[in-house]
Amino acid sequence: MEHAVTPAHAAHAEHETSTGLDHRKIAMWAFLGSDCLFFGSFISTYMIYRGRSIVGPCPHECVINGVHYEGIFSIPYTSVSAFVLLMSSVTMVLALAAIQRGNHRGLRVWLLATALLGSVFVGGQYFEFTSFWRHGLHLDTNLFGTTFFVLTGFHGAHVTIGIIMLLSLLATSLMGRLPTSDSLTVELTGLYWHFVDIVWIVIFTLVYLLPI
Amino acid sequence: MATIVHGMPTAAVAARPRQFTGIWSWIATVDHKRIGILYGVTAFAFFLIGGIEALLIRLQLAVPNNTLVAPDTFNQLFTMHGTTMIFLVVMPLSVAFFNIVVPLQIGARDVAFPRLNALSYWIFLTGGIFLNLSWIGGVAPDSGWFGYANLTTRPYGPGPNTDFWSLGLLVLGTASMAGAFNFIVTIINLRAPGMSLMRMPVFTWMTFVTSFLIIFAFPIITVALLEITFDRNFGTNFFNTVAAGDTILWQHLFWLFGHPEVYILILPAMGIVSEILPVFSRKPLFGYAVVVYSGVAIAFVSYGVWAHHMFATGLGPVANAVFLTTTMAVGVPTGVKIFNWIATMWRGSLVFPTPMLMAIGFVSMFIIGGLSGISHAVVPSDWQQTDTYYIVAHFHYVLFGGAIFGLFGGTYYWWPKVTGRLLDERIGKWHFWLMLIGFNLTFGPMHFIGMDGMPRRIFTYPAGMGWDFWNMVATAGAILIAISIVVFIYNVAYSLRYGRVAGPDPWDGRTLEWMIPSPPPPYNFAEIPTVHGRDELWLRKHPHPHGAEREEAAELRSDRVDVTLAGHEVARTTHAGPELPGMLGEGAGTQIEAAVERRTGGSTVILRLLGGAVGIVGLVLAAWPGLNMPALGLALFALGFLIFAVFSVYVGGAAGGDPLQTPAGRRPVGSPDAADDHAHGIHLPDPSIYPMITGLGLTLFAAGFIWGLWLSGVGVVMMLFGVYAWCFEPING
Repeated sequence: MEHAVTPAHAAHAEHETSTGLDHRKIAMWAFLGSDCLFFGSFISTYMIYRGRSIVGPCPHECVINGVHYEGIFSIPYTSVSAFVLLMSSVTMVLALAAIQRGNHRGLRVWLLATALLGSVFVGGQYFEFTSFWRHGLHLDTNLFGTTFFVLTGFHGAHVTIGIIMLLSLLATSLMGRLPTSDSLTVELTGLYWHFVDIVWIVIFTLVYLLPI
Repeated sequence: MATIVHGMPTAAVAARPRQFTGIWSWIATVDHKRIGILYGVTAFAFFLIGGIEALLIRLQLAVPNNTLVAPDTFNQLFTMHGTTMIFLVVMPLSVAFFNIVVPLQIGARDVAFPRLNALSYWIFLTGGIFLNLSWIGGVAPDSGWFGYANLTTRPYGPGPNTDFWSLGLLVLGTASMAGAFNFIVTIINLRAPGMSLMRMPVFTWMTFVTSFLIIFAFPIITVALLEITFDRNFGTNFFNTVAAGDTILWQHLFWLFGHPEVYILILPAMGIVSEILPVFSRKPLFGYAVVVYSGVAIAFVSYGVWAHHMFATGLGPVANAVFLTTTMAVGVPTGVKIFNWIATMWRGSLVFPTPMLMAIGFVSMFIIGGLSGISHAVVPSDWQQTDTYYIVAHFHYVLFGGAIFGLFGGTYYWWPKVTGRLLDERIGKWHFWLMLIGFNLTFGPMHFIGMDGMPRRIFTYPAGMGWDFWNMVATAGAILIAISIVVFIYNVAYSLRYGRVAGPDPWDGRTLEWMIPSPPPPYNFAEIPTVHGRDELWLRKHPHPHGAEREEAAELRSDRVDVTLAGHEVARTTHAGPELPGMLGEGAGTQIEAAVERRTGGSTVILRLLGGAVGIVGLVLAAWPGLNMPALGLALFALGFLIFAVFSVYVGGAAGGDPLQTPAGRRPVGSPDAADDHAHGIHLPDPSIYPMITGLGLTLFAAGFIWGLWLSGVGVVMMLFGVYAWCFEPING
């Protein structure tokens, strides 16, 4: 049946996909685009309700109905944990670079480092939440508590899922089932990880740094 | 078969079966055509449920002061009618066509992610069942399909009604999004050589556009539903007015999803109509590029019109004026499409089989619905019409007169491709005319009673308001619609048995799906076709007789003969092959049975029986009246089913490839890389039950918020098991 396919078309047949890109890569980009709307909606909710609480505590120093409240945020503390999360993107890139060069020991080291940095961030969030809780900020205290915990909580859930993905990759690699030819899997996890990182930059700016 | 040879026991961790028979072949299927059939059948079942709800509504409203159903039952009926028709009928019916048609139209062997495709279906099925389980106990959702806060907050809705609604929609949204990602990647990446974007059939284009609408609209409703779920379960203040929460925020989020959603419902039907009209007008679609661009334009503008649902909330003159303008603007590309369809029919050699009648029904009814839509883009006019039966008339003219007519058109049009037999034309015409007349009798009068001031969502009304006569007419019309659906069901039953055998191309079609046998073989195309233009099959059948193109045309003609021959030959040599199961019950050869037999070792039988017993005990516990332990029962059922499923199909004799040793298995399905020797080189994805387990786990996770959080725990375990087993499942080369 060779004559049904002209030589020009046979060359086509060498391509795996219409665009030459892997299916999973396009799917991941589409997912991240979709996830932008997810965080966008939560961030919008936060911004709409910003400064509309009728009782404290507040993110920054405020006066509500004649009552003065100290700001609850500790910018230096959160800056450090934001920096940790940013650094985890660097180690993620190093992990990808390692597997692309066939350096599987390097891959495992940097995957573990990324997962650890991510865990430090999530742990930091846990302590932050606990401390806010002790200062009287609960889910049901006011609009700030509601929008803050749910927005940053869902971000923390995203980071946690990312850590599970990183540890799964690490385990797969240790089992010898993550060959160099599968570097795309690491790349895709990296895309997700960087995305979660970028979302935190937006949240950190809008929620923590922007004064009311 | 080469697949068998290099698939012999290697260092496989877990065997991955290639072949199932009977019910398992449907549960484990990853074939896009079978999943499409599952989607279609399930959505039609929900269509009947939603239709019965509609009939009860109409019977209650037939006469004034009626007491057929109680007020709170009435609330549940209209809420579930809307929710069912939108999320469980029109969307999944559209997805049924995406599944069946798109891979065939672009010359692919399956979708990009076959197992993800199966997952979408199982989430949809279990989510739909979960939503409808609320009828047991009479606690179905009752605050309208739009779920306006604060009707949905705990103080105003203390029962589990709204929980079924919000959790059910969260689950169903996951299914829609997973499907949309799949079709985006499929259409971008699995087009046959030569099929550039502007050569794609319009239905494929509209699938593409709809999928983007879904992935950008559903995250918004997801967030809104999460907020209401948190408000109801964890005491947050999103819509709590006491803590200065704003109920209008719900409306913004909901309609920011909700308006793109109406285009998610209508664009697939528009795509179907754009396929049907050219075929039965014997002309190419008029202004193909403009039709495509109009679809894209509708998608973009649809994100900027949401507040026209909120004119009555007092947004202020500036916002009202802006949304009035954008709403007028979104009518422009829609109108352009209508003119293109009319121009397609203009001076065509028209023939009028049922699909064509349904398509013309779509265009004419959609014009009426579109015009009434424009009338409430005008703010002062909208203030008169909002929340009256005039609105009900409007959206039924676009969603029933539009989407449902279009989807029935697609059903009559592609039925022969799926089943190999045509639906009966005589019965089909009865169906069409009964439905058209019944539809207009039902919803036409609603314009009048709406203008006369009858509000929506009232369970009864006093006599002497001037509404009596038209309400009775509308109810009579609804019964006529019901009769037309019975006629359709009869047509299906009759035609499956006695329908005329279709052959590959019963309509003298224009697109690739009519090139291959009906029903298509599992691999669709024996040889992936090379596309030379729009309406590829038409070009091959009617080569252009002019100038330089003549040479190429002659080449095309010979091409087609080769392809057809190739198809027959491959079909003959591989039909009974274990890796190429037939589509509708065929291919259950002895070879396959022997293969299956090998995998079911005797030691697993006891475990399977045990699992089955646990599952049945669970079901009995869940359903036993008065026992009141649905959570424990469902959890036991899930556990038993899991044991049964895993030991039935995965443990036992081993045949499977290690992914590391067969790197070719990672290649995308349907890519022509393997076509070097297609007698045994067509790699089709293996079936898998993990999508079903993962989907069931997700729904149980959501159900746990109603029946006990530990059921959520069971759901999470099932999901994790499903996802990890899925990831490490060997992919057979």
